[in-house]
Amino acid sequence: MATKKKPLPTGAGVLASTHPLPDYGAAPAQSREERIEWYRLMYLTRKFEERSYQSYQTGLIGGFCHLYNGQEAVAAGTFAAVTDADPVITAYRDHAHGLMRGIQPGPAFAELYGRATGVVKGKGGSMHYFNVEKQMWGGHGIVGGQTALGLGLAFATKYLGEKKVCFCYMGDGAVNQGTFHESLNLAQLMQIPVIYVIENNMYSMGTAVERHSAPVELYKRALGYDMLGVRAEAQDFDIVRQVSWTLAERARKENMPAILELMTYRYRGHSMSDPQLYRSKDEVEEYRKHDPIEILREKILAEGIINEKDLDSLEEKVRKEVVAAHDWALASPFPAQSEIYTDIYA
Amino acid sequence: MAKIAYRDAVRDAMAEEMTRDSRVFLIGEEVAQYNGAYKCSKGLLDKFGPDRIIDSPISEAGFAGLCIGAAMYGLRPIAEFMTFSFSFVAFDQIVNNAAQIRYMSGGQIKIPMVFRGNSGGGHQIGATHSHAPENIYATFPGLKVVVPAFAADAKGLLKSAIRDDNPVLVIENEALYGRESEVPEGEYLTPIGKANILQDGVDLTIVTHGRSCWTVLEANQELLKMGIRAEIIDLRSIKPLDWPTVFASVRKTHRLVCVDETKPFCGVSSQVAAEVSRACFDHLDAPVLRVTSVEAPMPFSSALEDECIPNVARIIEAVKEVVA
Ligand SMILES: Cc1ncc(C[n+]2csc(CCOP(=O)(O)OP(=O)(O)O)c2C)c(N)n1
Ligand SMILES: [Mg+2]
Repeated sequence: MATKKKPLPTGAGVLASTHPLPDYGAAPAQSREERIEWYRLMYLTRKFEERSYQSYQTGLIGGFCHLYNGQEAVAAGTFAAVTDADPVITAYRDHAHGLMRGIQPGPAFAELYGRATGVVKGKGGSMHYFNVEKQMWGGHGIVGGQTALGLGLAFATKYLGEKKVCFCYMGDGAVNQGTFHESLNLAQLMQIPVIYVIENNMYSMGTAVERHSAPVELYKRALGYDMLGVRAEAQDFDIVRQVSWTLAERARKENMPAILELMTYRYRGHSMSDPQLYRSKDEVEEYRKHDPIEILREKILAEGIINEKDLDSLEEKVRKEVVAAHDWALASPFPAQSEIYTDIYA
Repeated sequence: MAKIAYRDAVRDAMAEEMTRDSRVFLIGEEVAQYNGAYKCSKGLLDKFGPDRIIDSPISEAGFAGLCIGAAMYGLRPIAEFMTFSFSFVAFDQIVNNAAQIRYMSGGQIKIPMVFRGNSGGGHQIGATHSHAPENIYATFPGLKVVVPAFAADAKGLLKSAIRDDNPVLVIENEALYGRESEVPEGEYLTPIGKANILQDGVDLTIVTHGRSCWTVLEANQELLKMGIRAEIIDLRSIKPLDWPTVFASVRKTHRLVCVDETKPFCGVSSQVAAEVSRACFDHLDAPVLRVTSVEAPMPFSSALEDECIPNVARIIEAVKEVVA
């Protein structure tokens, strides 16, 4: 089944917006350490996902497992525009959001393996990473459901006078849920500091965007609510960080919500048992040439903030950490039967 | 009789009814080009084309309501939920519109349509994706609810549901899609509201439905070895429920164990136990026992999940207790 040719990144950054973008200047410069740390987190996420893929193939993981390969700059670039005090919430493709908000790879693997040492004690699995300590509010399995929750988190921060912004992540397919539209209207009407980050990876399961959404430019959904909508490329960490910074500043200073549609691509199938007949191998290969991790790697090397040798050894360390985390998780016990009945009521 | 997989029985039912009646169409997420997330509509797009096999965006409330409106106007839609867990996004459409409009319009309107999709736990897909909602929907007068356990009924009940002039929920089960069982040759319908006796027995009655039928049959192997001959009833239809068959069996065996995957509180088994204790009070020689899902959300871990839905061990334990 042929689908329309997918737009490839051009390096243009912001591609379009419903209204002129406000000018809050450039995002604050990152320190050398910060930049390397974001690279490390993206690399860690990729290695974590690759290991998860293997673990799924060998039967260590049951149920769904939605991998983030190809989309790493979305979570990293947006997170890097705010602090760990700003709430974030996402859907089920949540490993990156968890790992980049303080969940350690050991408990992250342990959750996939259903162990007692998992991030949520083996109760939630792949789709339900939570780390409230670092304002990571899930991990949600019902498409679109989190869009109203993100609104509520942002509402609460405003109510409490905290001057924060909530990034609420969702897939392109989720724009078709009614809850999202109700949330958009509420956000604009009540001036709630929530940014809806649409991770447009071109597909909702096997359905290409042009087959699931009447307007294929998803940021335009904001128009119906007189909201600011922005579309940007998202394979380059710095592009994502800059546009996220602008919208976050606006949200903080003016309590204004926005839609941020980030154009990205998922390399793997939707979940694990997806024959991917809806796209060609060539299409995937084309996109792999615009790999977010490669792009940032080349940049930080060119900037001279780290040399090849040190970067190699950093990567080597991450790979070892992932193996160790996997081993640790596998050696962890399963939860006791009594855990079935805990955590139901507060 | 030929053996076919449950998912193929579902597909055959839809294909036969769509051939028979041009007003029947199918809409749902990934039902057309992807052939169904669980391949229940395999080949139907090729056979019937995109006007009748329709891929929907992820808009459960929207496409459920579309079907209800189209049914009001005289079409006979089939709405597929990728799983019934997602039907809760469309809950208002189903319980306020599909269930009530006929009554509220003083009988002017009928809503001849089907909501179908899988349900149930056991696949490590967590609390939000593992609901067995037949008891919930069965509480709304105006809705019919059927839960086929075998390929023959997956086909026969779905065909009846498509021909029914009321909204019928056909609640399938993911675990059963790949299981093969015998299906009669040629045209047939399984009547809605008629239970099926899977095994005659004398020592006790086991009332079950859906996936639990398979678990009960597995437990039955053990029971037979223990010299216990249970009468096993597959309800097939939850609303309406075949009370005469259930009562007649309990009056014969004097003992009852109910097994089903809904929750223990206000579940299908609670309803059966309540009705039996009234209708068969003088015939009961033991308290009615229930083996159901447990009073907890569905945990992800396989180590916990297996305990949360009816399993062989819990069934045998309950049977031993009522026949003791
Ligand atoms: C209400 C609801 N309907 C259907 C599903 C099944 N489902 C899970 S993910 C998905 C596709 C979502 O695609 P998108 O929003 O683009 O996110 P992506 O998977 O690409 O990250 C579907 C249909 C669900 N989880 N919830
Ligand atoms: Mg998508």
